[in-house]
Amino acid sequence: MHAFNYHRPTSIEDATKALAAAADGKYLAGGMTLIPTLKQRLARQSDLIDLAAIQQLRGIRDDKTGVSIGAMTTHAELAASPALRAKLGGLARLAECIGDPQVRNRGTIGGALANNDPAADYPAACLALGATIVTDRREIAADGFFKGLFETALDAGELITGVRFPLARKSAYAKFRNPASGYAIVGVFVAQCSGESRVAVTGARQSGVFRIEEMERALTKSWSPDAVAKLSVTAEGLNADIHASAVYRAQLITVMARRAVAAA
Amino acid sequence: MIQVSLTVNGASVTAEIEPRMLLVQFLREQLRLTGTHVGCDTSQCGACVVHVDGVSVKSCTMLAVQAQGAAVATIEGLAAGETLHPMQAAFRAHHGLQCGYCTPGMVMSALDLVRHNPDPSERAIRDWLDGNLCRCTGYQNIVKAIAAGAQAMRGPAASS
Repeated sequence: MHAFNYHRPTSIEDATKALAAAADGKYLAGGMTLIPTLKQRLARQSDLIDLAAIQQLRGIRDDKTGVSIGAMTTHAELAASPALRAKLGGLARLAECIGDPQVRNRGTIGGALANNDPAADYPAACLALGATIVTDRREIAADGFFKGLFETALDAGELITGVRFPLARKSAYAKFRNPASGYAIVGVFVAQCSGESRVAVTGARQSGVFRIEEMERALTKSWSPDAVAKLSVTAEGLNADIHASAVYRAQLITVMARRAVAAA
Repeated sequence: MIQVSLTVNGASVTAEIEPRMLLVQFLREQLRLTGTHVGCDTSQCGACVVHVDGVSVKSCTMLAVQAQGAAVATIEGLAAGETLHPMQAAFRAHHGLQCGYCTPGMVMSALDLVRHNPDPSERAIRDWLDGNLCRCTGYQNIVKAIAAGAQAMRGPAASS
């Protein structure tokens, strides 16, 4: 790891100021991707701005319209939250199947979204549930947030402060997990919100999460596993690697979608 | 250099360190607490698991400065003198190790499981060990040891 300066601000304002003042700074959330990347010298930062001491970025609040989650809330906290389990069970169960217990104890929802790994789990939930990503300067709809491989709509220095999820009638996530890394070979999040159903897929494309409108139309018409079981997905443009071919991933999308609807 | 203050196994520690020092390096190289091991060094194997403010973490993927103000617990803090912690005793009784390299991480991880779930099923133990790799045992005796350790921690009244 190359040397860097370390900052531990206690407010959002101080964090954004510290980043603006740094030559090449980066926010440090749970560090589950950033620290390994720095260790391998794949990244080099002049400054790390640790967000851990900012109390404003923590916690889960729910009301009649949805659930708001602070950016520094860990996967383990999400998975264990009674409010989330009651209101958005699909999201709580998604958090429970990220990485391993120790990764869930450190990794955060805000960090994961800012990183936008193309095989990460939360992007599928955000896109399917129509979440809003809240930053220090604006609100960004999930539909416009994920811009491709490790790319998001965040501007330089912009800080995710939280995520707001509207309530869904039904939601569930089905993941075909890489047994070594825990990342999704294919993950499908399905959600039935007021009047419409949405299906979002992660792990299958290099550019990251995407929706499948044909499945959404079928589920809006009839919410049942059978509605998606016969819908095949084209393998064109899907990832092919040592873990799964594009054709296999295409098949997995249908299977995971069916399983998710059955579990919702 | 930056100053970091924390407690390790109940004792206060203050040190001047480089921000890039990992927690596991701090424990092993600065404090000479070499019970916490470095296995894969890529946050997969779990040989480096310690507790930070009561929850298990991989100390190879955390900076020591991130533990500022925290209470860190390592394998060295478990035994009371010559008396092993019930989870350590269970690993010995059930031969839950061969080479022993993964054992400190296994024990620290197991204690975090028991904190959530005092009476874990075999399935719950196996699921929880997702982040702890053992290349010797095939896990069978580790799982037995954790079940027995959990039972011992619940006390004789709960064992029936």
